[in-house]
Amino acid sequence: MSATLAVTLSLWVIAAVLALFAWRKGPEVAAEAARHGVLDFLYLIPRLAIGVIGSGFLAALLPQDVVRSWLGPDSGLTGLLLATLAGALTPGGPVIGFAIGATALKSGAGYLAVMTYVTAWALFAFQRLIVWELPVMPTRVVWLRVAASLPLPILTAWGVMLLTGRG
Amino acid sequence: MSASDPPPQKPRSLIDGSTLFVLALVIAGAVIVFRREGIPGLTHILAEDSWLFLDILPKVLAGCLIGAFVAAVLPREFVSRWIGAGSGLTGLVIATAVGAIMPGGPFTIYPLAGALLAIGAGVGPAVAFVTSWTLIGLNRAIIWEAPFLGVDFVTTRMIVSLPLPILAGLGAHWLARIVPGGPR
Repeated sequence: MSATLAVTLSLWVIAAVLALFAWRKGPEVAAEAARHGVLDFLYLIPRLAIGVIGSGFLAALLPQDVVRSWLGPDSGLTGLLLATLAGALTPGGPVIGFAIGATALKSGAGYLAVMTYVTAWALFAFQRLIVWELPVMPTRVVWLRVAASLPLPILTAWGVMLLTGRG
Repeated sequence: MSASDPPPQKPRSLIDGSTLFVLALVIAGAVIVFRREGIPGLTHILAEDSWLFLDILPKVLAGCLIGAFVAAVLPREFVSRWIGAGSGLTGLVIATAVGAIMPGGPFTIYPLAGALLAIGAGVGPAVAFVTSWTLIGLNRAIIWEAPFLGVDFVTTRMIVSLPLPILAGLGAHWLARIVPGGPR
């Protein structure tokens, strides 16, 4: 069984168990929750259609060799800040940040710069923010999260430096 | 706010400014691909990403239903006691642990975080939950990250990242108190 199928199945099992609990609180509770969930889903669809089907085109817009050149061997603060910016500008999707990080490592980028880049991409990729996060979370919380997370990519590099002795 | 109040709804429109912004970028990218590779380049990317889109739809629906059912099933008192704004470090640790093991991807994490916020979770734990999935989510690391960057890289990154969701949660909790616009 493929990993993605296993994920889908486990999600539906969780949803079914929760539905059962809701049903025990009353059929109308379950029906209302189901209606709410389906409405959320319908609301997300146009955003996902644009963001997910368009992610390949967004990737084309991103000059990957420029991004890689930002992830130079320099692990000074400037290099790490550039890596953070590069991560935020890389579109979402499950793999593109990891793929760029991997090729950058092979072409001589600093280990710490790639750590910073991958972390920043995971935290801030603007497309994921717009397509996935803002539609279903309170706007204020999303921006508080971003603000509170700003130091994390640099902190990661610092932690890796302490842990592995790489500089 | 009493327990019977409906969760606050976000104002909703079919398409909003930020979606149009992404759409404009997508179209610009498509033009670049067309000029570089012509029609075959366009259809290749379109086919691949349409498949990805169809593939995630059932997960997105499951994620939205999980969020809605959790909101219907979990009592507000329970949520605000364990991961409410006053739950302190305990709430942040619980949120971090759940975020790390929660299966799925953005299609479960964001709807669930939104649902929990609507039934009494604090900003700090909600942010810790999302950040935990982002940085130390096992599912994501094993399926997506390790094949590209290797087990060594991923393990090092995750060990270092262990305290970060709690830091982000603390930061967001403090910011929420000084930034006007909401109670939590």
